[in-house]
Amino acid sequence: MSGSRLRSVATVIGLSIQEGLRKRVFLAVLVLTAGFLALYGLGAHFAFRDVDGFATGETEILDPRAFTGATIFGLAMFATLFLGAVLAVFLTLGVVRGDAESGLLQPIVVRPIGRTTMLIARFAGAAALSAAYVLIVYAAACAITAAAGDWTPDHLVTPALALALGVAIIAALSLLASTLLSVTAQGIVVFMVFGAGLTAGLLAQIGNAINSDSLHTIGRVASWALPFEGLYTASLHALISDTTGLTGVVLELGPFGGSEAAGPGLIAWAFVYLLGVLALAAFVFSRRDL
Amino acid sequence: MAAPVLAVKELSKRYGKQQALAGVDLAVEPGQLVGLLGPNGAGKSTLTKIACGLVRPSGGGVEVLGRPAGSPEARAALGYLAELFRFPGWCTADELLRLHQRLAGSAGGEAERRELLDLVELGAAADKRIEAMSKGMQQRLGVAQALVGSPRLLLLDEPTSALDPVGRRIVRELLEELRRRDVAVLLNSHLLSEVELICDHVAIIAGGRLIKAGTPVELAGPAAVEVETGSGVRTFEGATREDAPRIVAELVAAGERVYRVEVRHSSLEDVYLEAVGGQTG
Repeated sequence: MSGSRLRSVATVIGLSIQEGLRKRVFLAVLVLTAGFLALYGLGAHFAFRDVDGFATGETEILDPRAFTGATIFGLAMFATLFLGAVLAVFLTLGVVRGDAESGLLQPIVVRPIGRTTMLIARFAGAAALSAAYVLIVYAAACAITAAAGDWTPDHLVTPALALALGVAIIAALSLLASTLLSVTAQGIVVFMVFGAGLTAGLLAQIGNAINSDSLHTIGRVASWALPFEGLYTASLHALISDTTGLTGVVLELGPFGGSEAAGPGLIAWAFVYLLGVLALAAFVFSRRDL
Repeated sequence: MAAPVLAVKELSKRYGKQQALAGVDLAVEPGQLVGLLGPNGAGKSTLTKIACGLVRPSGGGVEVLGRPAGSPEARAALGYLAELFRFPGWCTADELLRLHQRLAGSAGGEAERRELLDLVELGAAADKRIEAMSKGMQQRLGVAQALVGSPRLLLLDEPTSALDPVGRRIVRELLEELRRRDVAVLLNSHLLSEVELICDHVAIIAGGRLIKAGTPVELAGPAAVEVETGSGVRTFEGATREDAPRIVAELVAAGERVYRVEVRHSSLEDVYLEAVGGQTG
């Protein structure tokens, strides 16, 4: 990429960040996230305090701290993904069609920056901010869980990176939707796709619990069709992948049921998928009359 | 003659079943101020957008300084203000120009920004947020934004639609200043008097076709010779300046007393109305 193009990318990313700061989007996100983390901290505190009251006999066969920690942290992971997805969608809302309809886009794209560079810059800005946000919330939730119950996930880094990659994919899907749909339709469609992915994951979980191959297959197909779901499931798996015995079995019956390791295949596919979605968005954008 | 800054050749554009442009030819020379007239929906904005690379043509082509419209080189050579535009409301005027300096790769710095804001008489509003500006101020800022990076070609789509008379005068003087700087301008406007006043060349399009083009004087050709005689004012439709002496001689020979002779030109408005046949979008 040439120097001038890189400068243009940096300018558009800077514009997005400046806009977020001036419109107090980041301040609102910060306040709401602090609220979520405070609530999570409170929940973790009471959950660990209550399981400390388990009888000695029970704790010999089930590790209550591991069970509680993994369960509430799994919930925090879901919330982190959801909040990251909300941020990714809002940072890419109306980027193409919406801004073109309001007249914001034209003065920018008639400059030498060009459409593809503009799109890449908007993706880079949204994906980097959403991914950074997810990593920060993940780390905070992890620290709260460790402080409240002295429990940490079996794998610390890989689930965080998988979640970050997941929200980057959501940002790319939202950007693609913005090339085709008006602002409201874009928001609705992306959140419906997000919901559909998570629902498919739940189906796989139910399939696992009732030993249904069909439901399990639906879940697996959805994981590949919407890799953010596969990455989320893989993140959940990584939290407890080294937990054995009855604790591991009980956790598999809960929100972690059906979770599978990401494996290099899914990670590689997620990157190919991401690039494919961006390429399609750039193609649609390049052919759109503004 | 120097190569045209903007060369439009056999340009056509179709939106679904609607033919927006049907084989338009147009050239804008360096330093020339060309007014593009036509009813709403005539294809003026489409032509401008194709020249900027915002819309893809269905046929024909547009070149800016010999480069295909939409190419990075072509985009680097032009400035554009859309009819319907919006700038980020949270930006100040100075920040907006700084943003466009970065995007245009302009090294003009603060001096360029100050000069442009002064040109559109917004020097005192450099730190004012755009959302706090009137529509007229935003339009003048839009003109300044289009001038960032010293473009060789300026494409202005209804740049004075939201301006009051003073704002129009500011833009008119700015356009005359640009002509002195050899900047070519394609001006889409409905304000015929304004176009007549400042444009070197006028093109009228209707129904996607170029139906009349020329200098304002060429277009507003002689329409009549009006003679005030002792028996009243007599109008000789279609007569030219060269006919005036003969008409006067004939009237005098017929015993009329002649007090005043005037060769009447049709206004651009007359030409326009005749050309578009009363069409409106």
